[in-house]
Amino acid sequence: MQVQLQVNGKAVTVDAAPHTLLVQALREQLKLTGTHVGCDTAQCGACTVLMNGKAVKSCNMLLAQAAGTDVQTIEGMAAADGTMHPMQAAFKECHGLQCGFCTPGMVMSAVDLHKRQPNANEQQVREGLEGNICRCTGYQNIVKSVLQGSAAMKS
Amino acid sequence: MGASDFANLPHIGESVRRKEDYRFLTGAGQYTDDIVLANMAQCYFVRSPHAHAKIRSINKTAALAAPGVIGILDGQDVAADKINGLPCGWLITSTDGEPMKEPPHPILALDKVRYVGDHVAMVVAETLEQARNAAEMVEVDYEPLAAVVDVRDAQAKGAPAAHDIAPDNHCYKWAIGDKGEVDKAFVGAAHVTKIDLVNNRLAPNPMEPRAAIGHYNRAGDDYTLYVANQNPHVERLLMTAFVMGLPEHKVRVIAPDVGGGFGAKIFLYAEDVCLTWASKKLNRPIKWNCDRSEAFLCDAHGRDHVSHAELAMDKDGKFLAFRVHTDANMGAYLSTFAPAVPTILYATLLAGQYKTPQVYVEVDAWFTNTSPVDAYRGAGRPEATYLLERIVSRAAWEMGVSQDEIRRRNFITEFPYQTPVALQYDTGDFIACMDKSQELADVKGLEARKAESKAKGLLRGVGYSSYIEACGLAPSNVAGALGARAGLFECGEVRVHPTGSVTVFTGSHSHGQGHETTFAQVVAARLGLSPDQVDIVHGDTGRVPFGMGTYGSRSISVGGAAIMRALDKIEAKAKKIAAHLMEASDADIDFAGGEFKVKGTDKMVTFGQVALTAYVPHNYPLDKLEPGLNETAFYDPTNFTFPAGTYICEVEVDPATGVVRVDRFTAVDDFGTIINPMVVEGQVHGGVVQGIGQALMEHCVYDRETGQLVTGSYMDYTMPRADDFPNITIGHVCTPCTTNPLGTKGCGEAGAIGSPPAVINAVLDALAPLGVKDLDMPASPNRVWAAIQQAKA
Repeated sequence: MQVQLQVNGKAVTVDAAPHTLLVQALREQLKLTGTHVGCDTAQCGACTVLMNGKAVKSCNMLLAQAAGTDVQTIEGMAAADGTMHPMQAAFKECHGLQCGFCTPGMVMSAVDLHKRQPNANEQQVREGLEGNICRCTGYQNIVKSVLQGSAAMKS
Repeated sequence: MGASDFANLPHIGESVRRKEDYRFLTGAGQYTDDIVLANMAQCYFVRSPHAHAKIRSINKTAALAAPGVIGILDGQDVAADKINGLPCGWLITSTDGEPMKEPPHPILALDKVRYVGDHVAMVVAETLEQARNAAEMVEVDYEPLAAVVDVRDAQAKGAPAAHDIAPDNHCYKWAIGDKGEVDKAFVGAAHVTKIDLVNNRLAPNPMEPRAAIGHYNRAGDDYTLYVANQNPHVERLLMTAFVMGLPEHKVRVIAPDVGGGFGAKIFLYAEDVCLTWASKKLNRPIKWNCDRSEAFLCDAHGRDHVSHAELAMDKDGKFLAFRVHTDANMGAYLSTFAPAVPTILYATLLAGQYKTPQVYVEVDAWFTNTSPVDAYRGAGRPEATYLLERIVSRAAWEMGVSQDEIRRRNFITEFPYQTPVALQYDTGDFIACMDKSQELADVKGLEARKAESKAKGLLRGVGYSSYIEACGLAPSNVAGALGARAGLFECGEVRVHPTGSVTVFTGSHSHGQGHETTFAQVVAARLGLSPDQVDIVHGDTGRVPFGMGTYGSRSISVGGAAIMRALDKIEAKAKKIAAHLMEASDADIDFAGGEFKVKGTDKMVTFGQVALTAYVPHNYPLDKLEPGLNETAFYDPTNFTFPAGTYICEVEVDPATGVVRVDRFTAVDDFGTIINPMVVEGQVHGGVVQGIGQALMEHCVYDRETGQLVTGSYMDYTMPRADDFPNITIGHVCTPCTTNPLGTKGCGEAGAIGSPPAVINAVLDALAPLGVKDLDMPASPNRVWAAIQQAKA
């Protein structure tokens, strides 16, 4: 089965078995290993990517469902010269990560959250991150990062 | 250099932003599953669906014929190749002088399986899907046997036995303290508080599941194992010397970016050995990546103690003696460090922050048909703190004294302090921690907040926990005195390059703690460089001279101290080079801020000039000095370090539903010298949330009849999420550690150690008006609600 889609702004054609998950296509075929797999029940959110700008769990979606869409992964967030996206920069500044494994999914969820709720308060950010598990940070600095990143995205 | 000088250096105490973050934030991190080797095959393990069963036969014929299958190996193949079982790295002697029972721990089950998830066969195929499909076709004929999963059931007469060599399931009995003196002290006590409690079993759950790639290279007859692991050298030592009988220099273990450990990745696991062994047998690199549901079955679990404790006091609530009996569930096999956890890492901490003259602790360890239990964030110290801090608050309530007052009356105030259970605390200020935490927690406003809660029909309670932990594992002499056959040192190599930049090779391993930044701060401060001029290399036995890894909050106070020792040597040699350059005696050279000066003159050379001279020795006294500036040091600590603190938790409980809401949480810790406050606070946040997770939601549940793991995925095992907690208020007290050159004590586990009793004490404080006195973790809504109903009845 051939599936055509845009990944990080580039048109790609992926040749894969029909039951291939989007995360498998990203990691194994397109070698975009920044998207991680942390569970097998779509609970942890480490695999979160943006599809047409909306956060989706790529372990819970078939590649076929992504046909014709615009998928953005963590590798597509920084500018061409390597400058980090404001949300990435906020995570660094606020120490919103430790081991880094859940971080790409967190950043993608945070960017989507900003789009939906640009003026979210702390409690709304906490609720908005309900689908992403982090075991290291206790979330406090992630929440701080999202608030700061969201403010930076507005300016 | 002494600790006080060190703390005043530039960059020390500065929240330098982390060097490692760019790669993690841009998807450029490289975790084990991100690595793809040419011609790499995939592996899937056939695991036992039974808690306890005989293996009558394994039929691989159909599976071997399945598409893509390269090989299927089972226990018979292991035995034929004379691969040993997994060794236990910590040996305990029972009180009767007998060694602990150490049953064989085969890497693939030979004739019996002993827990759900036990390894039966490994299927290697071209793709993971093919390996999974073929695994379904491996026919294992099991004869199910009765199983036991609860540590209390394991002791019952006639209980099913997990191992023939331990027909009563008993692994060891161990004790510490003077029983006679303790018993005597109880006789004259004005009051005795008693408590029975369970420390619930947990799954560590680092977000990166375990993964490994075994790669045998026929050309060099050598192996590389990529593995998500916290201590690659120990992994290599155990695997080569004890299991496979391989020369160490033929095995390289690389632990690249590791997505969290929390203890679960300290141990040598069967899968790591299987992959290394099979990669030669099948002559292919082989990858295994653990599923989350598989991780619940086969990662070593944590905690799982059942304890009875008694605290004797005089009429003023002064502690006279403490007596404890604990039954520890070891699971089906002894994991790498498992026997150390309920003994030297637990019982020796039961003096806590208090001047209790007599303490006696007795521990029975038992086998059950469950996943092996081993160190998990805090390892023994959370269990000790939970027991002690629960009984101290209970004693306060029974004596009609406040929770803070009973602690203040008993705090140790003079240091060094020798406890009755082996440890000697070098320094601390427990009253200062209590004062600061009460101030930050706004304890004065509690009554008003209680009234507000009451008006809403809710109950508000406050809980205290004053913890102490022993970190910096493990001084070899102290460990040896406690009966262990191993201690733990650390190694550091400092390589100064000709242009004055530095690469440091450390035996510590970072899996989220930020060593690449913090260690660089240490080296930069010492040499007068900027942290950007220092790179840290870790996690690779092919590059780092030796190492014991990261756990037990040992990285800075042991690993950092080894680097400091290497820097001492660098400084000594650099002074000789500087003396030569300035035609002075090296005894007259001062070094500070990256500059070497001749005392009493204005002569000066920079660190960079000295480094270049070392590598361009054209004008160099080669008869007296070797070229180069590269030094290695090993450091074995003389004592543990003793971080301590007071945590205060305030909760609101809804008596109608049993829901507990943590309203505020205050953590005041004494970590000694702090190198990077941002990193340290991040460690506390994470630890506290893991501890609150244990207190309120996390719990591994096995079905008591069938031995099946009920909580086998994130659908059933409740993980803390962002909206479960408030922000944590943090404060620090600093009494520098006196036994290492940095004054650091370790901060990685404190949060998980101090918080569970604070939370449960708060819940019990809230429920006191309803008559609830006992509650085991996790204080889930149904448990709290049931306790309320029971108290009403």
